[in-house]
Amino acid sequence: MENYQENWESVIGLEIHAQLATQSKIFSGASTAYGAEPNTQACAVDLGLPGVLPVLNEQAVSFAVKFGLAIDAEIAPYSVFARKNYFYPDLPKGYQISQFELPIVGNGHLDIDVDGETKRIGITRAHLEEDAGKSLHESFHGMSGIDLNRAGTPLLEIVSEPELRSAKEAVAYMRKMHELVRYLGICDGNMQEGSFRCDANVSVRPKGQQEFGTRAEIKNINSFKFVEKAINHEIERQIELIESGGKVVQETRLYDANKDETRSMRSKEEANDYRYFPDPDLLPVEITEIFKAQIKAQLPELPAAKKQRFTEQYGLDCESAGILTSSRQLSDYFESLVKESLCEAKLCANWITGDLLASLNKTDLDIADSPVSYQRLAGLLIRINDQTISGKIAKQVFELMWQSNSTADEIIDEKGLKQITDTGAIEAIIDRIIAENPGQVEQYLSGKDKVFGFFVGQVMKEMQGKANPAEVNKMLKAKLK
Amino acid sequence: MHNKSIKEIAKGLRCGDFSSVELTQLFLSRIKQHAQLNCYVTVTEELALKAARQADAKIAQGDTSLLTGIPIAQKDIFCTQGVKTSCGSKMLDNFIAPYNATVVEKLNAAGAVMLGKLNMDEFAMGSSNETSYYGPVKNPWHTNSVPGGSSGGSSAAVAARLSVCATGTDTGGSIRQPAAHCGITGLKPTYGRVSRFGMIAYASSLDQGGPMARSAEDTAILLQAMSGFDPKDSTSLDLPVPDYSAALDKDIKGLKIGLPKEFFGDGLNNDVALVIEKAIEEYKKLGAELKEVSMPNLKLAIPAYYVIAPAECSANLSRFDGVRFGHRCDNPQDLADLYTRSRGEGFGKEVKRRILMGTYALSAGYYDAYYLKAQKIRRLISDDFKKALSEVDVIMGPVAPTTAFGLGEKIDNPIEMYLSDIYTIAINLAGLPAMSLPIGFSEGKPVGLQIIGDYFAEDRLLNIAHQYQMVSDWHRQIPKGFE
Repeated sequence: MENYQENWESVIGLEIHAQLATQSKIFSGASTAYGAEPNTQACAVDLGLPGVLPVLNEQAVSFAVKFGLAIDAEIAPYSVFARKNYFYPDLPKGYQISQFELPIVGNGHLDIDVDGETKRIGITRAHLEEDAGKSLHESFHGMSGIDLNRAGTPLLEIVSEPELRSAKEAVAYMRKMHELVRYLGICDGNMQEGSFRCDANVSVRPKGQQEFGTRAEIKNINSFKFVEKAINHEIERQIELIESGGKVVQETRLYDANKDETRSMRSKEEANDYRYFPDPDLLPVEITEIFKAQIKAQLPELPAAKKQRFTEQYGLDCESAGILTSSRQLSDYFESLVKESLCEAKLCANWITGDLLASLNKTDLDIADSPVSYQRLAGLLIRINDQTISGKIAKQVFELMWQSNSTADEIIDEKGLKQITDTGAIEAIIDRIIAENPGQVEQYLSGKDKVFGFFVGQVMKEMQGKANPAEVNKMLKAKLK
Repeated sequence: MHNKSIKEIAKGLRCGDFSSVELTQLFLSRIKQHAQLNCYVTVTEELALKAARQADAKIAQGDTSLLTGIPIAQKDIFCTQGVKTSCGSKMLDNFIAPYNATVVEKLNAAGAVMLGKLNMDEFAMGSSNETSYYGPVKNPWHTNSVPGGSSGGSSAAVAARLSVCATGTDTGGSIRQPAAHCGITGLKPTYGRVSRFGMIAYASSLDQGGPMARSAEDTAILLQAMSGFDPKDSTSLDLPVPDYSAALDKDIKGLKIGLPKEFFGDGLNNDVALVIEKAIEEYKKLGAELKEVSMPNLKLAIPAYYVIAPAECSANLSRFDGVRFGHRCDNPQDLADLYTRSRGEGFGKEVKRRILMGTYALSAGYYDAYYLKAQKIRRLISDDFKKALSEVDVIMGPVAPTTAFGLGEKIDNPIEMYLSDIYTIAINLAGLPAMSLPIGFSEGKPVGLQIIGDYFAEDRLLNIAHQYQMVSDWHRQIPKGFE
């Protein structure tokens, strides 16, 4: 890849499909909950029975407007639902209700950070549409099954400008978008369940060339890892093709994660003519200034602003602030912890970005499901702060807390982990260790400062880590003079 | 008993002159007796008798709804729970609707007794009832003639006294034209007045359900029960429904009637024109004033309609794909085969013609020239009506250029068939309410008068029709053999 980059530039645009976290579907009252028995969450409207009519879910509109305001976009005062016509067994009506000429969200933008630099990515539009059902190509006596539970689930399709220049930027953009929709509470962001997925439009051109190359569209990518791999693979394929005298054709390709390759689904010639036209069953959506103002008032503090505030208010470095603001739950956890423990923000931040996130990652848990609540973690930090335990012992206590429901205090008591502050006891051990190691004493006194660590280690070992390290240091220094 | 008005029946039921069960049995036997008219696709005898028994019980308990115990019939385009809803098509010959249309719910709630489901042109596409999978309906006035369409089963059943009244739907004249051809009264309400939920869609922006009955008085009662806002239909309008019966008796002195010169030009049969002139004379006697108005864009209505309606139908009928319900071909080899054969076998010729026209009109490269242009024409036609209705109270004219034509006469000439809707189609494009009422005969076949009003002026239309019916008895004529 590296040498390709010298002569070629890739041009990428993403179409992200974010499933809106509404209780019911976009045009019917059926539930949108994931994972139910096939076809148990599909009502007459979702099944496309003769005579049924769609009724727009207002919350889906609110969510779209919320998103538009968050990316500083134009909100269309008047937008129109259109029918996108094509036949497929999991598309019950034979058309998908989407938006075409007049989408609800117009031009906006999102800032991404790549290699320490901020880049503004333009967003062309975002529109509301309904999802299709699922075809199950398992064995049903030689036939395919159809599950229409997903049919009619509200989607927001977010289309970026072709302003991304590498797979890395595409991933950064997708992550940032993922963070944003979850912040806004409009999408649960669950990628395994398909709540957040994307199509990537990829083309390459010789560096310096103005016009775009012919693009290929890679369909339905549902993880950050795959976005990067699929795009890189596609860039490579296109460059190799052109360099060997071939031509990129406009087509839709599918990424196969198992083989790490993309393969052609259909070419432009085979593409559907969707025959879009305004859906006569639905009235145009009118967004008033008052409605916009109401939604604006509900907007939460957005990640970029929050990150800035965290560096200023809590004195955190950019990296920690970035991690802590990567999700609303995480930043809430942090701020609750600071408030509850009254400890220094940095200590709180370190514990979250360190032990807590490591444990969560290891067990594949989300912060919302953390076995250690901020209240319990606060209990632990308070004991570090008042020197009841050392940082090292605290790690042990944390692990025990992870596995139980006990408070830090209960564990410290039960396991007798309280730091020993009785200077008499520490002194006795120090004296003994000095007496038992005359060689090391001589080395230290002859100027080998490093040996000091040996004494600290021995004392701590004898005291099973429960001695206050600062106290041990101070006393050792005095004894070894 | 079967010639009585709704009010007379309601009174008879309460005086104990007869019961709803007796009345229902009478209609059921008349339906059997006149089965050759082919009005009904399905007769729901058991359900009807059950509903009649319930109605009798309710009346005994003091129920006052005018429709309680009244035998009615539903056009087979309205979904009826547990009952076959065919829409006149082989495609839905096996379709038992799992839910009720809002109109059906409302009429059930009003206590009406459903006798069955009425024949119609396939998917409401036709003007003669000859495109039905179940065969054509015959006009009770002249059984070699068509009853009109698409609500031909409804108009013939009401005229032949095989139901007291019936529901219909009107996309381009499908209530008014069959009403005119069968000598009954029919009203196409303002678009949005009657819920479309559960009414199988042909052209969604034009379709509107409405009442068909013998008199304006009965029409008003039926419309009252059918109308109103429905949260399940986004295009239904949230406006209060006036008391249609209360407005019937108002004096129409000073009524300003507009006569569009384009309605009385070439193409209108001379005899029909004479009958209409006579009816208008009658209105003059009732104190109305006449004024010529102009609808310069009227000639564009048919071409615009035959772009918009097929375009919408091409999408509306995509759901009939053999996957979830309706006709499925035997042993499909693959997906394309399943679609091609199921749809090829399930749809009739006229339906296929309109799906193809609509698909073409919406295709890339043609959309602007056809669909967008047609929408612009639609706007111009609405403006014509708006202008005319700012000068007059209502517009009057013919419903159809001729009386009922012969069975088989136009079925192989679609253009000629389409032209028979020339006076009704523009009203659907504008979304206005309009009525057809019987005003006489030409060579033994009924002639209808069309009255077009402003948006939500159904009460006014019914009032104007009723006043005419107070001084005429065309609406009381009974076709021979159906007395």
